[in-house]
Amino acid sequence: MRGYSFPALVGRALRGHRGWPKAWRSAEPERSYDVIVIGAGGHGLATAYYLAKNHGITNVAVLEKGWLGGGNTGRNTQVTRSNYFWPQSAAFFERSLKLYENLSRELNFNVMLSQRGILTLAHSHHEMEALRRWTNAIRINGIDSEVMTPSEIGKLVPLLNLDARFPVHGGFIQRRGGISRHDAVAWGYARAANALGVSIVQQCEVTGFDIADGRVAGVTTSRGSIAAEKVCICVAGHTSVLAAKAGFRVPITSMALQAMVSEPIKPCLDTVVLSPAIHAYVSQSDRGELVLGGGADGYNSYAQRGGIPLLEENLAALIELFPAFSRLRLMRQWAGIVDITPDTTPIMGLTPVKNLYLSGGWGTGGYKAIPAGGETMAHTVAHDAPHPLIADFGLDRFESGALIDEGAASGVAH
Amino acid sequence: MLRIPCPYCGERDEAEFRYGGEVPGSIPQTDVGDQAWADYLFARDNPKGLVHERWCHSHGCGQWFNVVRDTVTHRIHAVYGAGEAPPVVDCSNESQADGGR
Ligand SMILES: Cc1cc2nc3c(=O)[nH]c(=O)nc-3n(C[C@H](O)[C@H](O)[C@H](O)COP(=O)(O)OP(=O)(O)OC[C@H]3O[C@@H](n4cnc5c(N)ncnc54)[C@H](O)[C@@H]3O)c2cc1C
Ligand SMILES: [Zn+2]
Repeated sequence: MRGYSFPALVGRALRGHRGWPKAWRSAEPERSYDVIVIGAGGHGLATAYYLAKNHGITNVAVLEKGWLGGGNTGRNTQVTRSNYFWPQSAAFFERSLKLYENLSRELNFNVMLSQRGILTLAHSHHEMEALRRWTNAIRINGIDSEVMTPSEIGKLVPLLNLDARFPVHGGFIQRRGGISRHDAVAWGYARAANALGVSIVQQCEVTGFDIADGRVAGVTTSRGSIAAEKVCICVAGHTSVLAAKAGFRVPITSMALQAMVSEPIKPCLDTVVLSPAIHAYVSQSDRGELVLGGGADGYNSYAQRGGIPLLEENLAALIELFPAFSRLRLMRQWAGIVDITPDTTPIMGLTPVKNLYLSGGWGTGGYKAIPAGGETMAHTVAHDAPHPLIADFGLDRFESGALIDEGAASGVAH
Repeated sequence: MLRIPCPYCGERDEAEFRYGGEVPGSIPQTDVGDQAWADYLFARDNPKGLVHERWCHSHGCGQWFNVVRDTVTHRIHAVYGAGEAPPVVDCSNESQADGGR
């Protein structure tokens, strides 16, 4: 792999940017691999990368039914943070943020991490109290977070309407939180994994599993059968579909989560602002577009397009918070199918089928988890035992009752 | 925008309704063990294609009823009463025609 660097950039620029090598090679499927990873989203690609890098397992194929990064990894709003409530989630998401902080160097690919801070708003006295408790829990977990008063918020985000229909009573900020570039994360992991020998096969849909005596031996695909020692499912919104093909059910509901961008404008918002109560959040991309999102459409969907009622709700809330944005035109609106669990904690680890592993249930917030998700899943696949950081994220928690209720605790969408 | 045919009031916008999720199986006996209970309480079919689901016309008549809907096309194939057996629906695999595999 030719390294990306400033001298390389200057050299190529002088030659008119001709002759850049391909970042990664699209492979044809072979008859067998040591490990098959299903889904070339961030989680699948990162799992393959760490399998090769940390565990020396390089005879790995990532099978993708569409194109690399075309799922939720290329559709999300890029919020990257670790301000979770419960100790298990905090430890996991903080590990992920730490990996993000060094990811551009690790992958030799600029993932454009911008730690511009993520500000969470409270709109009532009671919400503010819950938010103080949340802030304290985060600090006890050793992660940065600060409570902010309305006047401090006013200085940080001058366009924010503090006297909105639901006035801003305060908030808290994680300054190390922010955004990064989702396509770069997918492509960076693909390129680095490919350089270590991982094959990336696109247009190859897994249609079933070859299971004998309760142990997986390979997969059937739209391009023939492929044998494998181990198989890892990383298909986000399609987790239930593949689990059903392997003969088990999962506690997951697939729903459409939408996002949208405005026309580009001059820099006016240099932090991420999120309101759990009115279900809206916004940041400004480097291109100047406002990136907007909210909650998921409230019913099962595999349609990969969002409904208009929810879009209206998101925008109404946002315009109340930022009246100055009301004149902007929307450029694009889209949706991804997210895999939501009852406790909004992911499901990672072993499955009822031997040598078949699952990384799913990422729901509305798995982009920020990609580096740690890949690292811990690779360990789990290599050792046939869950990595300590994800030991509590297994399917068995629904039987033991040890749910990790992040949704109720932190009340966040992302 | 879904247009949902309430069996009591007729077709209305989705904004008038509350979603109740998939129609669950029957409640297990208390002594069947954790696995059966976890399956009943948490596991879902979450099908890509036809789903049997509950809706409540919360901003209308307030009644609960069941709907057979395609989760890829959002087309509603049938509506039936709470507690009734689901009607047989022939959708001739329309979600597959829609690219939904
Ligand atoms: C609008 C939106 C906004 C979001 N915002 C944020 C955010 O701000 N911050 C955050 O942390 N998270 C966010 N998320 C969530 C985040 O995007 C996902 O949790 C994350 O990208 C999941 O990654 P993944 O690799 O598991 O899935 P994906 O990127 O969806 O990859 C799964 C891949 O599997 C493939 N696949 C499916 N079935 C098969 C099959 N049978 N055979 C082969 N391949 C198959 C799919 O084509 C897909 O490419 C958002 C999601 C959406 C939709
Ligand atoms: Zn009605």
